[in-house]
Amino acid sequence: MYHKEKSIQIKNSASALYNNLGVLRIAPRRLTYFTVVHANVVNMVSASWDGLNYSHRQLQSKEPNVATSTSLIMQAAFCALPSRDLLVVTSQKGIQMYESDGSIMVYWHALDTPETPTGVSSGAILVFDVPSKGSNITLSEVLEEHKESITDMASECSGSQECIANLVTADDEGNLCVWKSGEEFQLLNKIPGFDMSCSSVKLWKGTVVAGYGTGQIRLYEAVTGILHAEVNAHARWIYSLDIAPFSGLLLSAAEDSLVRVWHLTMTPETNSVEVAHLHNECVTDTQICGAKFCDGDGYAFAVTGYDLSEIIRYVQS
Amino acid sequence: MSVRTLPLVFINLGGEMLYILDQRLRAHNTSEDNSEKVMNDIVGTMFSKAFMDELLKPQQLYSHRTMKTVLTRLAHASIMRLNPASMERLYELMVMAFKYQVFLCPRPKDLLLISYNHIDAIREFVRDTPVVLNQVDETHRKIIEVFIIYSPLSAGEFQLLRQTLASDCGLRSVFCSGRRWTVTGRELRRTEFPYWRNYTQPIREGSFELYGNRVIRLGMNMYTVDHPEETHTSKASSVKPVDDSPNLLAKEELNLLARLMGTMKSENTSEAETGFRINLFTTDEEEKEAAAGGAEEPLFGVINIQAMQDQQATTELARIAGQFAEEEEKPENHSSSKGDDLLAMMDHL
Repeated sequence: MYHKEKSIQIKNSASALYNNLGVLRIAPRRLTYFTVVHANVVNMVSASWDGLNYSHRQLQSKEPNVATSTSLIMQAAFCALPSRDLLVVTSQKGIQMYESDGSIMVYWHALDTPETPTGVSSGAILVFDVPSKGSNITLSEVLEEHKESITDMASECSGSQECIANLVTADDEGNLCVWKSGEEFQLLNKIPGFDMSCSSVKLWKGTVVAGYGTGQIRLYEAVTGILHAEVNAHARWIYSLDIAPFSGLLLSAAEDSLVRVWHLTMTPETNSVEVAHLHNECVTDTQICGAKFCDGDGYAFAVTGYDLSEIIRYVQS
Repeated sequence: MSVRTLPLVFINLGGEMLYILDQRLRAHNTSEDNSEKVMNDIVGTMFSKAFMDELLKPQQLYSHRTMKTVLTRLAHASIMRLNPASMERLYELMVMAFKYQVFLCPRPKDLLLISYNHIDAIREFVRDTPVVLNQVDETHRKIIEVFIIYSPLSAGEFQLLRQTLASDCGLRSVFCSGRRWTVTGRELRRTEFPYWRNYTQPIREGSFELYGNRVIRLGMNMYTVDHPEETHTSKASSVKPVDDSPNLLAKEELNLLARLMGTMKSENTSEAETGFRINLFTTDEEEKEAAAGGAEEPLFGVINIQAMQDQQATTELARIAGQFAEEEEKPENHSSSKGDDLLAMMDHL
C-alpha cells in the first residue's frame, strides 16, 4: 500500500519526545515544512514537492533578552489558524511562536519557574488570542482542569461545522478533556483515564482518537464519552497519532518500531465507528517518536525515530 | 525534564563501572585482597550516606562533564589507578551499557528493577564487609522509600525519566560482542512474534522489595561471560560536535562538585606504595595508542577549572584534587575574603 521514498537528512537526531514531528503543507509554494526537535533545538527542513530543493534552518529555544540560557524543548507544532500559520515551540522556560517558516519569532511567553522544581507542568492550558497579522498576541484564558501535565491536544480537523466539540486535551494520567471554543472555552466532557498516560490525541468528526502508553488506541465519542472502540494496536508505548481528515486514515507509531495505518468509518445512523487495519511499516531497529501524514488525504506520511538523523517518508503505491 | 533521575543514573552507571572493573581486575589476575579492597572502597564512597543524601535531592541531571568528573573521582577513591585513555574507555562503556538498558525496558517502571539488579550485584561484591554492605542496604531502602512509598511515580513519570535519560546519552560507540549493535551504533532489536503458537500467561512481575527475584535481566552483569574483547570506539566526532562554548554553569557545577567531593572520604595517602594500575584495553600498546589518538580529538570538552578568577580558589581546588591523586599536599595557609559557597566548603575540609 505504501512504499518507502527518499529520506530527508536532518542536522541533528530526533529526541525521544511524544509527537516529535511537525508537518505543514504550503500548497501555493509547493513546499512542505518539517520540524524535528533535538534537545534545545528545532530542526526545520523546507522540502520542495519535486524533491530537488531542501533548505534547513535551526531554531533554538532562548529567551530573547538573555543570550545564554537555553532550555529543553518539549514539543514543536504547527498551528494552522484561519488567517495564518504559526510554529509554536514549547520549552521548559516558556512558549515561543514563530512565523510558519521559522523566520521571525512573533511572541514569547515565559513560564513561571516554580520554587520547588518539579519538572512537570501543572496541567494548565493557556489560550492565546492571535491576530491575523503581526505580533500582538495576548493570553486570553487559562483553563485549569487537568491535574497532571498535558501531553497533547488537538482540535477538530474535519472542517465540519456541525461538530460541537472543538478541542480535546490529554494528560499524563490518561484523562481527556473535551472543550468547546467561544468567547470563553467551555468544558463539555471529561473522559477518565486509568492511570495510563495518553501520549497523543486527535479529534475527528466528533470522535476522540487517543493513543496510550499501553499501546492501545481508544476511540471515544467526544461529547458523551462513549467508548466506540479499543484497539490493542502496539506492543509498546504509542508516541504519535495522526489523522488524514479527508480520507479518514489513522496513523499510529510506537516504540515497538512499527507504524500502522488504519481506516476509520463513521456511521452516524447507527452511531458507530469502525476501525480497519490497512497497513504496517516496520522501521527496523528504531524507536519511533513522530509520525504524521504529509497531506490531508493520507497519500504520504513521514516518520522520525529516536537517534535517527533523517525523516523517513512513505508514499502510497 | 524530570528532576528525579540523578540517583538512578548514578546507581546504574556506578554499577556498570563496578562490573567492568571487576572483570578487568580478574583479567589482570589481581590478588583477592586488592580486588576486594578496591571494590569496598569504591562502593563505600558511592553509597556513603552524605553522598546519597545529596543525590536524592530533586535536581537537574548533571552534564556529561560533571558526571564524568565525579565518576572519575569515584573510580580513584581506591588504590587503583586508571590513566585518562582507560578512564575515557570506561566511561563510554558505562554510558553505552546504561543507554542499552534504558531502551530495552519493557515498561518504564522496569527502570527501578534495573537499578535493583545493579544494587543486588553490588551487594554480592561487598558481601564480606559488613560496614559497606550495610550502607548498600540503607541506600536501597532509601530508594524504595523515595520512589515507591513516599512519592510513587506513575507510568508517565517513569517514561519522562526515560526520555530525560535518552536526551542526555548522546554518545555513540560500537559494542560488537553479542552482536547487539550495528557498526553505525544503532541497536539491533530483533523480535519475532510467532502467532501460530499457544500462549500462556506473561512473565511474572519482578519484585520491588529489598530482596527478591527481579525477573528482568537488564542490569545484570554482562561481563561475567568471557568474550574476546572487540570493543571499538568510534572516532565519529562529527556525530557529536565538540561543544566549544564556555560552560556558563561551570561555577554551579563546581559548587556541586565541591559539595560532593567534600562528602567523599579522602584517601589515606600513605597507601601510595600499594597503588596499582588498571588497563581497560587488551594490551598496553593499545592503551598508549588510544591515549595518543585521543589527545588530538577529545570527544569531550576539557573541563576548564579556571572558571574562578580567584587564584587562591584554584589552588585550593588543586589541593583537593591532589588529595585524590595522592600527590603531596601543598601547604595552604590563607584566609578567604569571599563568602563563596565553594571557598566556604573548602575551608572546612
